[in-house]
Amino acid sequence: MRKVQILDHVILLLGVFFMVTPVALAFMTSTHDAITIYKEGIQFLPGDKFLENYETVLFRAGGFTKEVDGFVMLMNSMILGFGFAIGKIIISMIAAYAIVYFRFPMATFCFWIIFATLLLPLEVRILPSYEIVQSLGLVNTYTGLIVPLIASATGTFFFRQFFMSVPDELLEAARIDGAGPWKFFKDILVPLSQTMIAAIFIIMFVYGWNQYLWPTLITTEESLFTLVRGIKQIMQVWVGAQIPALNEAMALAILAIVPPVLIVVIFQSWFVKGLVESDK
Amino acid sequence: MLLLPQLVIVTVFFLWPAAEAVQSSFYLEDPFGFGATFVGFDNFVDTVTSTDYGRVARFTAVFTFFVTFLSLGIALLLAVKADKVLRGGSSYKTLLMWVYAVAPPVAGLIGVMLFDQHVGPIVEFFALFGWEMQIGVDYFDTSFAMTVTAVWKQVPVNFIFFLSGLQGISKSVQEAASIDCRSSFRRFWTVTFPLLAPTGFFLLIINITYAFFDTFGIVDIIVKQEPGNNPVTLVYKVFLDGFRGNDLGGSSAQSVILMVLVFILTVVQFRLIERRVHYT
Repeated sequence: MRKVQILDHVILLLGVFFMVTPVALAFMTSTHDAITIYKEGIQFLPGDKFLENYETVLFRAGGFTKEVDGFVMLMNSMILGFGFAIGKIIISMIAAYAIVYFRFPMATFCFWIIFATLLLPLEVRILPSYEIVQSLGLVNTYTGLIVPLIASATGTFFFRQFFMSVPDELLEAARIDGAGPWKFFKDILVPLSQTMIAAIFIIMFVYGWNQYLWPTLITTEESLFTLVRGIKQIMQVWVGAQIPALNEAMALAILAIVPPVLIVVIFQSWFVKGLVESDK
Repeated sequence: MLLLPQLVIVTVFFLWPAAEAVQSSFYLEDPFGFGATFVGFDNFVDTVTSTDYGRVARFTAVFTFFVTFLSLGIALLLAVKADKVLRGGSSYKTLLMWVYAVAPPVAGLIGVMLFDQHVGPIVEFFALFGWEMQIGVDYFDTSFAMTVTAVWKQVPVNFIFFLSGLQGISKSVQEAASIDCRSSFRRFWTVTFPLLAPTGFFLLIINITYAFFDTFGIVDIIVKQEPGNNPVTLVYKVFLDGFRGNDLGGSSAQSVILMVLVFILTVVQFRLIERRVHYT
């Protein structure tokens, strides 16, 4: 029995090693200067350039126009993450409320239109989507960045399932007490779905933060770059450079990793709940 | 009326682009936008018969296969062990799942560093066995790096689902099984594994979708925007032909083919979910 336990731990530790090492190495790299890395290879121990590198990345403007620094990108990522998550929750809650509690003509039709969006990821319809956003004049705006991403119905589906599990007796009780539809929504459904909202918020925030292809197309102005979008720029500089600034690249990568990871780890139980429930 | 916001977004950013993709897949469009000629199914025929498309499709199939099975296998092993250990289970859980929050392109960037020809530790490691890796030059080596990175990124999701599936198996079933059968290995295959099968099927679909679409960032970073002779996935080719090659018709035709594929996958997925609901 004891031996079996040890073997289990060994396997788990190997798994942890496999998952953690790459990011740990990226972090170690971000604390050295570029020449050391170029000469001696990837360092396995922390170096002494931690503050220097992060300061450079955060506050020194880089890129082609020399207009954007890491801090601006961090802010843009925040805007995208929060804007996307909040927008999606509001819109999908309202839509799910309508679908579950109101009978109206074409209800099933609307339902199917919305759920058809589950079928097609953005990547598939990327070119026409881009053309439409362009013709609406939304290129290089936060609206153009965030709103098209909200189009998929994952959130609506999720809230629909949850609202359907709310017992009808509550609705009847509310009606007897004289609560209108809006009051019922605000005072009963929203408080009831608090944990659901938190869970889906975490999933959506991470999803929004990690968007890559869409921001790459929509934002050509560097002042609108997100951190993840900035990675592409790093690559372009990297390909041309004599001694690649691996340390700064990795510092930026770490900056892009830390906020969503923190959120996932701190709100772990909500996150797991949101993930497992929302993908069903 | 409450549905209006969602319906508007869905129509503008979803239905419209999808319709446009289908439409332009039947036309041969002038790259400068001076009109289009109706060519029927020519775009599809050209696409499917081109050797390049065949090569990319084959790579996507192989890539999807390996990513799906490796990440499912590793995740299942780790989840079973994490479910079993008495001590430290929750720390393992946290350590194994936080990579979920790392964006695919960031994963790609770290992958590029670890597989770098000059400084990459993985390259040095394999060089000990006489395998000189050349990422970005050698077709096989690049595919290998992509697969490893994609698996790394996907293991946490599968791990979370498997673990919550395992924890959903009631204790009484497990106790009954351990009375009837002493070999823990056999117990796993005859009792636990079948009970996990619905989760497994569901994850299979999720993983296939992931390998198709969400790996875009990883592919884009690892090939360093220089596709040349490197392996790319079908989704990446849609993007390349549409935005770089300006072949709108061909790109749209590929989009439509992918849409049909996703549609089939989703139908399969819904079938499975319905069946699962039926039995529980």
